[in-house]
Amino acid sequence: MPRQEPVKQDPGLSHQRQELGSAVVRFAGDSGDGIQLAGSQFTQSTAMSGNDLATFPDFPAEIRAPAGTTFGVSAFQINFGAEIIMTSGDDCDMVVAMNPAALKVELRELKIGGLIIVDTGTFTERNLHKAHYDDNPLEGDTLAPYRVIKLDMSAMTLEAVKSFDLGKKGALRCKNMWALGYVYWMYDRDRQPTIDWLNEKFSNLPDVAAANIAALNAGHALGETAETPHDLHGFSIGKSNIIPGEYRTVTGAEALTWGLVVGANLVGLKMTFCSYPITPATSILHYLSNLMEYDVVTFQAEDEIAAICAAIGASYAGSLGVTSSSGPGIALKGEAMGLAISTELPLIIINSQRAGPSTGMPTKTEQSDLFQAVFGRNADSPLVVLASRSPSDCFEVAIEAIRLATKYMTPVILLTDGYIGNAAEPWLIPDVNDYEKNPVTFRTDPEGFKPFIRDQLTLARPWAIPGTVGLEHRIGGLEKDSETGHISYDPKNHQRMTNVRTAKINGLADDLLAQTVEVGPEEGQLAVIGWGSTYGPINRAVSALREEGLNVSHIHLRHIWPMPKNLGQILSGFKQWLVPEMNNGQLVTLLRAQYLVDAQGLNKVSGQPFKIAEIEAAIRDRLEK
Amino acid sequence: MNVVTPPEKLEPKDFATDQEVRWCPGCGDYAILKAMQRTLADIGVKKENTVFVSGIGCAARFPYYMATYGFHTIHGRAPAVGTGIKLANPDLDVWIVSGDGDALSIGGNHLLHVLRRNVNVQLLLFNNEIYGLTKGQYSPTSRAGTRSPSTPLGSIENPVSAAAFALGAGARFVARSVDTMQAHLPYVFRRAYEHNGTSFVEIFQNCIVYNDGVFSQFTDKAIADDNEIILEHGKPLIFGKEKNQGLRVKIGLFELEVVTIGKDGITEADILIHDETNRALANMLAFMEPPLFPVAIGVLYCRPTTSYEDGVREHMNEARHPDSGGDLNALLRRGHTWTITD
Repeated sequence: MPRQEPVKQDPGLSHQRQELGSAVVRFAGDSGDGIQLAGSQFTQSTAMSGNDLATFPDFPAEIRAPAGTTFGVSAFQINFGAEIIMTSGDDCDMVVAMNPAALKVELRELKIGGLIIVDTGTFTERNLHKAHYDDNPLEGDTLAPYRVIKLDMSAMTLEAVKSFDLGKKGALRCKNMWALGYVYWMYDRDRQPTIDWLNEKFSNLPDVAAANIAALNAGHALGETAETPHDLHGFSIGKSNIIPGEYRTVTGAEALTWGLVVGANLVGLKMTFCSYPITPATSILHYLSNLMEYDVVTFQAEDEIAAICAAIGASYAGSLGVTSSSGPGIALKGEAMGLAISTELPLIIINSQRAGPSTGMPTKTEQSDLFQAVFGRNADSPLVVLASRSPSDCFEVAIEAIRLATKYMTPVILLTDGYIGNAAEPWLIPDVNDYEKNPVTFRTDPEGFKPFIRDQLTLARPWAIPGTVGLEHRIGGLEKDSETGHISYDPKNHQRMTNVRTAKINGLADDLLAQTVEVGPEEGQLAVIGWGSTYGPINRAVSALREEGLNVSHIHLRHIWPMPKNLGQILSGFKQWLVPEMNNGQLVTLLRAQYLVDAQGLNKVSGQPFKIAEIEAAIRDRLEK
Repeated sequence: MNVVTPPEKLEPKDFATDQEVRWCPGCGDYAILKAMQRTLADIGVKKENTVFVSGIGCAARFPYYMATYGFHTIHGRAPAVGTGIKLANPDLDVWIVSGDGDALSIGGNHLLHVLRRNVNVQLLLFNNEIYGLTKGQYSPTSRAGTRSPSTPLGSIENPVSAAAFALGAGARFVARSVDTMQAHLPYVFRRAYEHNGTSFVEIFQNCIVYNDGVFSQFTDKAIADDNEIILEHGKPLIFGKEKNQGLRVKIGLFELEVVTIGKDGITEADILIHDETNRALANMLAFMEPPLFPVAIGVLYCRPTTSYEDGVREHMNEARHPDSGGDLNALLRRGHTWTITD
């Protein structure tokens, strides 16, 4: 989030409240408890109160896992504060556990001494059994290292909404709002944005809106009126020093969607988005399906292969073909990517990476498809690979992907991941008019037209679309003559075509922004090199350790393939190289191969993002050797 | 579009490319190519608005020999590529050329879905009941017992009926012809061209190298009249050298039988009239095969409805309400925003 120099907080804002620089709060409950809704409302209110923030929705693959089970626990974590926030936080300061299963699963996320708010109303024998608790943890001393606030949220919610005729089940659906109200009190948040939202969401069901608001207010009121254990009077968090402007919260999926729409507009094309539903990529299809007025045609194909093939057909016919999937689906698209490479058509392929191999853990994040993106096709089949580093960065990367795809007539893979896709952060909304327009020119002149005679600078072939008089020609996946595009099995021609396909992609590195160093000097002892969603934790870790005086810099790669021209030179300015990745060592292998540097990996494949502390520890380990 | 002078009438040769045709001498594909070039010239299509899309296989070379736009894609996926082309530009006239392996084996899924969506393309399936380009293995339309390099003791699979598959998938236009029927093929192509929605055309095509004569039991000149029935909408289902064989519904059963006019008191009035709009009849016709029945050739079924692109266009038009105007800055500011001031 863009920032200004810090200013002193006004200490008079809250007398009893404890001042915090930042806090990490985790809501957890059954997947049917409305945890994600409560989390996103807390996010909205927190953003509007002027904090920087980052979120991490962490939910099971099952839509409605059996109630009360540990595998059905859905969680939402938010890190917010007056400081720079770039990750969803390491250990939590507070966990809100709506049932025993949530307590069991989420306790490991909590700091020693951290706060637990539990709904005691759910700690029945049956629920304890489902969570595999032999004894009620609220009664023993297992929670002794923490500060526990026991509230019968269920009963208090029922009481708060009893005047509405919702039935017990309906009434208990308001429990997430009750808990949210209480946490709002705890962190001194404004309830109004949520009240407005409830009124809008349930405008056709005024009773439901009113009941939820009543629950929200009741939770808040309890905090205000009742004495809170552990001598707590709530917390207050100062405002961040944020650059003035218009803001919104944005998830990676939203930013990517809008980046595609804006990017297509900047090159003057209509978009044809072809996709097959797959977790965690599906929300992009949902969002784009509602943007028909922006000349977006969406197509839910019968399978992953059809999706990319339809996108290729659309590009062939002069639209911007885009397809989107996750690793397993991308694997199915491999052959068709080769067709787009061979016929040299622009195409955007989005991979919202998830934990694998095979079906893996669909809702858990990973960045293990780098090899697949760069190398995962038959034969020598180079294309462009970009990776976004944060939710809002998806907007910029989508625009860049479209610029490169259309200028160089090439498929571009855009790597994002489940974490970035679902996570939210505040976003200084850009003005679309500030972006450079690069309108596509279709070939129309039949004079001297040959489909594979290239632009000498970009090595791109002309885009000649059906419907153009006099340019009728045939293309396909067979090797083609380097000028006419006719089928050619000539040995020299195949060598020439293979070389030029590679040269085109390699040469495009000239058109990329030079690699910079994010944090720290351009040469030194240790470079920490990252890509994708490890940006936040690496950035925070390196910044913190530099303040301690450690000789470490952060280099972040947006361009995975081709790599920026000056990357090798920058790397050569360091003595050690550390590459944290949520995979078993992919970028590190690529860097070693490309630059012959003795880069070392820091690898994590738990389905969870890196913690800042994990990266800090690895840096210390390297520098203190 | 600016039309200044009426375009010159194109001849069949104007639809031929300068590329050497690389099918085996005597391949049925030559005849289909010739019929197509003639049909497009006769219809008077614009070359620039015509796109041939194919997958992989012998038939898939077709686009290289048509002087229109052409896209030789990957195995089985031509219907998906064709769908994308129509989504991007519904005004293009798309012909998909496929074979029995391409359309019914590796691409079976896409065939199903292009038909059920009713994308406005013409889909030609050159059925030769064999894999040609990979040198003669049995295909999904090969009859049980077909001996091939991969089935030395004869295939043990039941073949799929292409026309019945298409009808089952919800196709609204299903027709059949034979590579050698040089008068009938252009008629079927023209009907396919005129149909709004997916037009499915199965062409019995002889593979002279790997499956020569596989259709001779009904296409051989000497016996064709008695083993093929040429369908005409609104006309009685009569066939045979003597024009005295006919189809009728078996009394008391929902099935067809072949009867002889002038025998057992049967007159022409007893013979079923072909109704292209009747799906049940089309299904029965699709499954007819020698020796009990003639093979049905012609338009088995034609019942147009809204095409997929029509539906997309309708939604796009609905979505373009005047006050939205496609303002990108407004898009980024949809929903909840807030302003931070100094």
